[in-house]
Amino acid sequence: MLKLIFHGELQLGLAQAAVAALAALGMVLLARRRGIHLESETLVALVRGLVQIVAVGSILLLLLRGPVWTSGFLLVAMIVAAGATSGRRAKGVPGAFQVSTWAIACGAGSVIALMTWLGVIDTAITSLVPVGSMLIANAMNTNSLALNRFRADVLAHAGEIEAALALGAEAGHSVSPYTQASLEASLIPAIDSLRSLGIVWIPGLMAGMLLSGARPVYAAVYQFVLLAMVFAASGLTSMISTLMIRGRVFSPAEQLMLQPGK
Amino acid sequence: MSTLPTSGSIVLRADRLFRSVNDKSLVEDVSFDVRAGDVLAIVGPSGSGKTSLLRLLNRLDEPTKGTVYVEGTDYRQIAPRELRRKLGMVTQRPYLFPGTVADNLQFGPSQRGETLPQNAVEALLADVGLAGATARNVANLSGGEAQRVSFARTLANSPLVLLLDEPTSALDDAAKLGIEGVIQRIVRDHGLTCVMVTHDIAQASRLADRALVLEHGRIVREGSVKEVLHA
Repeated sequence: MLKLIFHGELQLGLAQAAVAALAALGMVLLARRRGIHLESETLVALVRGLVQIVAVGSILLLLLRGPVWTSGFLLVAMIVAAGATSGRRAKGVPGAFQVSTWAIACGAGSVIALMTWLGVIDTAITSLVPVGSMLIANAMNTNSLALNRFRADVLAHAGEIEAALALGAEAGHSVSPYTQASLEASLIPAIDSLRSLGIVWIPGLMAGMLLSGARPVYAAVYQFVLLAMVFAASGLTSMISTLMIRGRVFSPAEQLMLQPGK
Repeated sequence: MSTLPTSGSIVLRADRLFRSVNDKSLVEDVSFDVRAGDVLAIVGPSGSGKTSLLRLLNRLDEPTKGTVYVEGTDYRQIAPRELRRKLGMVTQRPYLFPGTVADNLQFGPSQRGETLPQNAVEALLADVGLAGATARNVANLSGGEAQRVSFARTLANSPLVLLLDEPTSALDDAAKLGIEGVIQRIVRDHGLTCVMVTHDIAQASRLADRALVLEHGRIVREGSVKEVLHA
């Protein structure tokens, strides 16, 4: 229907964005009726998301014609931005930004580096940046889930953690059930994506490859490759961040600092 | 940091303890001694700083000022894990770990790479009135039974001093009397020194030799139970 009204590509794109944003706002209104208030956060996220992706698209247009090292620069910038976004999910935990940034850099960064070296990811900037960004974005989401779950579990089980400390347990050991639960929970989306690949959803990369003329079997196999890389990057990130974050909730004298009301 | 001259029977000395959080004073200039074999009750109304004070004694919280001496040694010179093993704590709620009763009793010793012999586990459970409960799953215990396991779990660490934070406040009257019996038996049989926090004056009279009264984080009375609570 929109195509009948809007003929220019840019106009059509903006109209599609507006309609999609309205759908998102509709969900927010439904949530509001159930007492869940996501209005301001969603509005900011929608506007930010649109501005960011258009800005990045414009910059990419310039950079994609640039030298190969610009890929590295872009990916590092993405990692820092992902660390800042994810770190906010661990409110009250000191050093959550540093933990998130290091975890994403080591987790997603090592997978990107290894796969590029092995030739699984093409070194061309048009391939390395989009594929790398997918790995970083998924690692960020997994990290956010892990930190959010860890924080909630520590707050909910402060009594059990202090009971373990009072019995002479090492600080890291007293929170180990919660780091493990956080790691497992954070990987559920990545595992489910792999499990349901091709049955529940046909991801964007495969659709894009098909549209650009790739052979369907190769497009399908490469989609699997991508999801396996996402799983590896996300798992590594989550593993590193849960290992790093557990020391951050204690003082040097092994006192639990993250507590309800503290 | 310093070391007190060894005074023989003083096992615990709180030396001018202060604790404030977000500019709110919870404990203010509190000093007292606990001698070997003493049962000291810390009493006072809700919000008077009793639990805050107890948490400073095993360093679950850090004093803003002041320190605690354990057998004459400034506790900042003792590794936190060793300090907490020496000053065993039983809290209002038992917070048992998932698994069996025996798993819970083995938790403390296992932190030092030790295993409690089966007969020691049985003896501890008998001490708290739960003989034969070794293999029971803690999910199936009543509130009173869970609190008894919590006592046995703390005793499994062979503490020097037992810190009790309102250990009967979450229990009904029958379970409460049962736990009081456990405390009396443990103190008598193990010769333990005990610092207990309670808002229940009658309970303090039944269990303690000495008492100190806290109000707004400060000690307002201190002495024998008779002098302090029946004055």
